[in-house]
Amino acid sequence: MIEYVWLIPLLPAVGFLFNGLIGRWYNLDKRVVSWVACSVLGLSFFFSILVFFSLLKLPPDARAAVPDKVLFDWIVSGGLKTVIGYKIDPLSIVMAMVVSGVSFFIHIYSVGYMHDDPGFTRYFAYLNLFVFMMLTLVLANNFLLMFVGWEGVGLCSYLLIGFWFERDAPANAGKKAFVVNRVGDFGFLLGMFLIFAHLGTLEFNEVFAKAHLLDPVTVTMITLLLFVGATGKSAQIPLYVWLPDAMEGPTPVSSLIHAATMVTSGVYMIARCHVIYSMAPVSMAVVAIFGAATAIYAASMGILQFDIKRVLAYSTISQLGYMFLAVGVGAFSAGIFHLMTHAFFKGLLFLGAGSVMHALSGELDMRKMGGLWKKTPITFWTFLMATLAIAGIPGFSGFFSKDEILWQAFSSPHGHLFLWLVGAVAAGMTAFYMFRLTFVTFLGQCRASEEVKKHIHESPPIMTVPLIILAVLSVIGGYVGIPHVLGGRNYFHEFLAPVLGGLPEGAGHASLSLIKSAYAAGAVEEIGSVNWEIILMVVSVVIALIGISIALYLYILKPDVPKRLAQRFRTLYTIVFNKYYVDEIYEACFVSSAKKIGTFFWREFDDGVVDRSVNLVAGLMLWWGRVLRKIQTGYVQGYALGILLGAVVVIIFLIK
Amino acid sequence: MLPNVPPVCYLIVSALIFAIGAVGVLIRRDAIVIFMCIEMMLSAVNLSLITASHYLDSLDGVLMVFFVMTVAAAEAAVGLAIFVLLYRGRGTIKVDEINLLKW
Repeated sequence: MIEYVWLIPLLPAVGFLFNGLIGRWYNLDKRVVSWVACSVLGLSFFFSILVFFSLLKLPPDARAAVPDKVLFDWIVSGGLKTVIGYKIDPLSIVMAMVVSGVSFFIHIYSVGYMHDDPGFTRYFAYLNLFVFMMLTLVLANNFLLMFVGWEGVGLCSYLLIGFWFERDAPANAGKKAFVVNRVGDFGFLLGMFLIFAHLGTLEFNEVFAKAHLLDPVTVTMITLLLFVGATGKSAQIPLYVWLPDAMEGPTPVSSLIHAATMVTSGVYMIARCHVIYSMAPVSMAVVAIFGAATAIYAASMGILQFDIKRVLAYSTISQLGYMFLAVGVGAFSAGIFHLMTHAFFKGLLFLGAGSVMHALSGELDMRKMGGLWKKTPITFWTFLMATLAIAGIPGFSGFFSKDEILWQAFSSPHGHLFLWLVGAVAAGMTAFYMFRLTFVTFLGQCRASEEVKKHIHESPPIMTVPLIILAVLSVIGGYVGIPHVLGGRNYFHEFLAPVLGGLPEGAGHASLSLIKSAYAAGAVEEIGSVNWEIILMVVSVVIALIGISIALYLYILKPDVPKRLAQRFRTLYTIVFNKYYVDEIYEACFVSSAKKIGTFFWREFDDGVVDRSVNLVAGLMLWWGRVLRKIQTGYVQGYALGILLGAVVVIIFLIK
Repeated sequence: MLPNVPPVCYLIVSALIFAIGAVGVLIRRDAIVIFMCIEMMLSAVNLSLITASHYLDSLDGVLMVFFVMTVAAAEAAVGLAIFVLLYRGRGTIKVDEINLLKW
């Protein structure tokens, strides 16, 4: 079955071509369009599972050594040889399953959500194209093909953010996302060039096999440049600014592209390149620090937002920060684990938000919501599942993945107590703002206008069924990776181990200097580490519970307190509420100067030099024409004389 | 063909006829006269071709002459038809009065 891996990305491409060309041209019925779009995704998901199981049959060591499935040569030029080929190993197949699976459910949900939109066919064509590109990204066996997927998902993101381009805000948000991503992609490209310049190949297997030939400085440069690409695509500091604005797109798009799949591609890329990242401790530290900083920074902004989708957007940025924290401390499989569980619960949260908007005639401001749980029970309960998962409540998927990251941040040789602390505080903030969101939206009194109130209704089954499936996944998704300390077995980590290697040395053994000094004797060390892991687990759960209790206190028991707090800390409140004025600072520092440079070149160079020289040439031609046309007198004998003289000249020339 | 006449004599005659024809084309105003001058130039060329053919003992030149004569005949047919139509339309075939085709 492994041979058929190329069908996984190809099927969505077929769906895209069908819907984009035939569907749009012949204005096919919505039922046909949605059936095609969903069934290609379903098949793609089915094939991912088949390949996964055939991979599972192999012994663990052979799983990472499956030869790449090369379809054909793509670019052969000088020293550069690139193929269209797919990599089959536990990492890529886990990603393929997550991407195709979550996409499949979101496609189904979209059929209900987008039902009355005039751009129905266009929407599904874009969405299929996106999945094709995303699967190309995760299955590519070389950097260049990965970059094709990388750019492709960026393009689809742009197209889908600006899906309602008749309005200004989505069009501008799409543009912003595209430009900010371009900054990151530039870094990615430079990193790729460096790899090629030093190793002469872009194929993953060869690059990683030859990686030891690189000197430390080059490795650091490469990894940092690739990380710049990751900050753009995965919305990390300093390039996160596009993601909150990306919420202008349709909600299922936010769910699929801007929460579950595309934004995690940076994490996947670093996990894929873990060989070279492991060689560059400086880059690892940078990744971990940026990840941790983003986690807490974005969480702080999420606390004060009132737009339901924006809260989720900041939450996504924050959770992505966690994943980068994980890969930054060397816990690659923990990062991928969180990527997977996050895809489930964050996808679900966005779909739930979409369902709420559906019920409230498109309302986004949660101050105008409240008391929805009775009228939209399925949405409420599934949303609550996802909230519990993201808050890290034991028993839900988010608990296992988040806790593994926090433990690794503390215990891995690349880790640090400070990183753990930041992560734990961010976890508490996450619990707080997520429960704030849930409480304000679903509990209390309904604050919607009378007109809207009448229409509040549960979404149709085509939307609620994906919600339920994702809710189930959000709960059970974590049980594939139960930490040893809780008496479980981390199947997820074991499955990825052939690719990503074991967990860093520190895991399971207390080799961290902090603990080492406390437990000098080896025997005690072992016991001590287990204790530490449990202690930290309990601490992070307690922090989450504190966050939830504060949310409960502020938004259910004493709803007037937040306003008074906002009054008391007016300055701080204003700064955070306005997202630290980062957009304004960027505007002043980069955007306006870039615009000025652009205007300068437009006026001075383009208008002044290019246009003028073109006009000059045209003017010369016109003048010559005016002069030379006098020759055309209309007298036949004049022309005859010309011919004769010409012939004479030619003859003289020939005789000589 | 006369014996002992060097080929250069034929060529000189040919060149003279050609030159007269060319001058005629340039200076005469009547389209029919110009046309006759062109025929004269063609004949001059024919003469030199025949000469070459004879002295080089090759049939290539004769072959060429047949082509030239065929073309000349065709030209006469087309050309005269044009003159007739021109006269019907504009009442003249003086080329200096027919100078419409200009800027």
